[in-house]
Amino acid sequence: MFGESNDPATSASFASLSRASLYRNIAAFAVGLVFALGLGIAEMTQPARVIGFLDITASRAAWDPTLAFVMIGALAMYALAYRLALGRGVPVFSQILEIPTRRDIDRRLIGGAVLFGVGWGLSGFCPGPALTSLSAGNGAVAVFIAAMTAGMWLHGALDRTLVRTATAAGAAP
Amino acid sequence: MDLNAALYGLAGGVLIGASAGALLVFNGRIAGISGIYGGLLNKSRLASGDGTWRLVFVAGLIAGGLLLRLLHPESLPIEYEAEGGWAILILAGLLVGFGTRLGSGCTSGHGVCGMSRLSRRSLVATPLFIAVAMLTVLATAPLFVGG
Repeated sequence: MFGESNDPATSASFASLSRASLYRNIAAFAVGLVFALGLGIAEMTQPARVIGFLDITASRAAWDPTLAFVMIGALAMYALAYRLALGRGVPVFSQILEIPTRRDIDRRLIGGAVLFGVGWGLSGFCPGPALTSLSAGNGAVAVFIAAMTAGMWLHGALDRTLVRTATAAGAAP
Repeated sequence: MDLNAALYGLAGGVLIGASAGALLVFNGRIAGISGIYGGLLNKSRLASGDGTWRLVFVAGLIAGGLLLRLLHPESLPIEYEAEGGWAILILAGLLVGFGTRLGSGCTSGHGVCGMSRLSRRSLVATPLFIAVAMLTVLATAPLFVGG
């Protein structure tokens, strides 16, 4: 039959390919799970704790430094993992380390950080804790996620329109 | 200062950093939640088979949330009420979604993964969004807290 192969080398590499993809998905699930547990243990899933850190004048309650400790723990562990990953050169279940290489500080980076900062300050939610908190069964969290998803979609739609306009303008005589 | 909160914060941070680090060591991917979740809205990514691991990762986050609900429900915003009402909550969600995609990252991608790699872009973005969030909390205090 067309597309099928009895060549043992080809079917073996296909099997190892799909096995690698299975392992990658298992790793992704485990990472998501432990990441969520970390957020929960640190109580970063409580918007009040996040607002308590951002509220430097203690307008609501006493200033809450917890988020700073979370960052210290996370940065230290990730810095170690990063060195390990670079040392290995190749990831365990895939062929390439996909590490961002851009160094330019552009208007999108600045504008995006500002808009995100306003939204984070208004709600106390950033994407990770918000998704983890879906299990709280609170309607407000679901509404936040719906709005966040809409915001992401809007960015994608606008981006595609801008690229299309730019391409059309570039193609014009 | 609450010593317990600091220790739990540190322990939680270690789990966050270790799991994010594992995604790099095992899968070669950056654990930026806005990027992973936002990639699910990109049709060409989904068509190229890049969607499954993203979906599975988000399922892991939600499964972790369910586990928290069983083991440590106080950590979840079960009684959460938006400080400024529904309109502000929706506005906040839109800004977080749009802003994290425009700026290519959030607290995890820029804050944890980027800063520990000493990425120039993350070292600019993270202090900026934290400072803006602090200013936002400061500016809204009279409105939300009435003080």
